[in-house]
Amino acid sequence: MAMIEIKDVSKWYGSFQVLTDCTTSVEKGEVIVVCGPSGSGKSTLIKTVNALEPVQKGDIFVDGVKVNDPKTNLPKLRARVGMVFQHFELFPHLTVRQNLSLAQTLVLGRAQREADERGLRYLDRVGLASHKDKFPGQLSGGQQQRVAIARALSMDPICMLFDEPTSALDPEMINEVLEVMQQLATEGMTMMVVTHEMGFANRVANRVIFMDAGHIVEDAPKAEFFGKPRSERAQQFLAKILHH
Amino acid sequence: MFGQFDFGVITRNLPYLIKVGMMFTLELTALVIVLGIVFGTLLAMMRLSSIRVLSAFATAYINLMRSVPLVLVIFWFYFLVPYIGAWIIRSPTPVRVGAFLSSVITYSMFEAAYYAEIMRAGIQSIPRGQVWAGYALGLNYWQSMARIVLPQAFRNMVPILLTQTIVMFQDTSLVYVLSITDFLGAASKIAERDGRYVELYIFAAVVYFVICVIISVLVRRLQRRIAVIR
Ligand SMILES: Nc1ncnc2c1ncn2[C@@H]1O[C@H](COP(=O)(O)OP(=O)(O)OP(=O)(O)O)[C@@H](O)[C@H]1O
Ligand SMILES: [Mg+2]
Repeated sequence: MAMIEIKDVSKWYGSFQVLTDCTTSVEKGEVIVVCGPSGSGKSTLIKTVNALEPVQKGDIFVDGVKVNDPKTNLPKLRARVGMVFQHFELFPHLTVRQNLSLAQTLVLGRAQREADERGLRYLDRVGLASHKDKFPGQLSGGQQQRVAIARALSMDPICMLFDEPTSALDPEMINEVLEVMQQLATEGMTMMVVTHEMGFANRVANRVIFMDAGHIVEDAPKAEFFGKPRSERAQQFLAKILHH
Repeated sequence: MFGQFDFGVITRNLPYLIKVGMMFTLELTALVIVLGIVFGTLLAMMRLSSIRVLSAFATAYINLMRSVPLVLVIFWFYFLVPYIGAWIIRSPTPVRVGAFLSSVITYSMFEAAYYAEIMRAGIQSIPRGQVWAGYALGLNYWQSMARIVLPQAFRNMVPILLTQTIVMFQDTSLVYVLSITDFLGAASKIAERDGRYVELYIFAAVVYFVICVIISVLVRRLQRRIAVIR
């Protein structure tokens, strides 16, 4: 059974169709990269996986649980799916330590002490242990994004979703975040990553999905995708992104 | 030119002015700040809710309260609250709630409409991504409201909440229409009894001014303490 299963998913904003019959899956331990031009529906697709965006047609399963079923306990499901956003979305009124422990105590019912310990362990892993009492606003973008990853990991997720985690960062900070993600992949985390970092895709991804205008146009093993994409749109996209 | 004035009338009656009058005004203000903001925040959440009946009710309530004069609302509630109370506890006769409780209810209900609009703007000022981040971590609606959205919304809105609170503090003097002895009521009574209008109304103005300044200073200090570091 796949960890993430997306079956024939379509979604509309009013009369505008954002997603058209999208089908793909992510196996346990697999890393897939989703790329495509701006507005092609990448963020929307990844947000349907933890039901931040509802879908009108099709089915989505995470670890066998149907996401778009009214009977599904969404908070419980989401607590098991880590998500990292383009703009970090740390809670600015809370310290780093509080950012890490909030959902652990509220959602998982962990004691404050246990939540702090676990949060700090992951903070240490992303190399920011000494910043635990700072506020997000006192950290650089790259540091904030690493805290956001630690925050997601503190919930012991069964898979991780990344929506352009480095595209809001200054170039010199991109690598520190990609390194953390690569490390995570090495440890066997199941990951779905929207990114235009083709170097990362080449090093880390098992498969690459290319989206255009709400369609999954290409869904191929990495070597195949970078070797010779079948669709013309993907070829053009790659040419543009690799040679700029 | 102040020769014919006797400001001694103030010091002689200070215990009455402060203990009876000012206590009423300050207690009323404090309770209305808390109840008004709590009820106003609930109204704001209802107004922003995707559940139709809730948002329709909140919108109607807020618009109604904001389009009638406070004095009218004071009269309404003064006469209505005893009957509503009777209806709630199924008593055959109107419930006597007393001047203070009646004022607290009236002002809280009225101010809530204004606080609601402020809190609505505050809630809407929080980027959607913050709510997404809360939901993605497994928080439910109430948890993300209470721990993520409202604390930030409140911080953003402190200056406007302060302005509204100062207006409300001054408006508490309108309870005089119910012959209630708030601070201004106490000052009026003495002014009339002793024929010392100028002295007492100058004194009252100074006191209102000083208290408004104190509230502003305290709020600014609070604002600095809870400021979000960006
Ligand atoms: N709330 C919304 N209401 C209406 N249209 C929306 C909404 N959110 C997104 N869209 C539209 O849906 C389309 C897909 O958006 P989405 O954010 O998924 O694209 P994306 O591939 O992530 O793009 P980018 O690379 O710019 O992040 C876009 O055309 C966008 O304008
Ligand atoms: Mg996007």
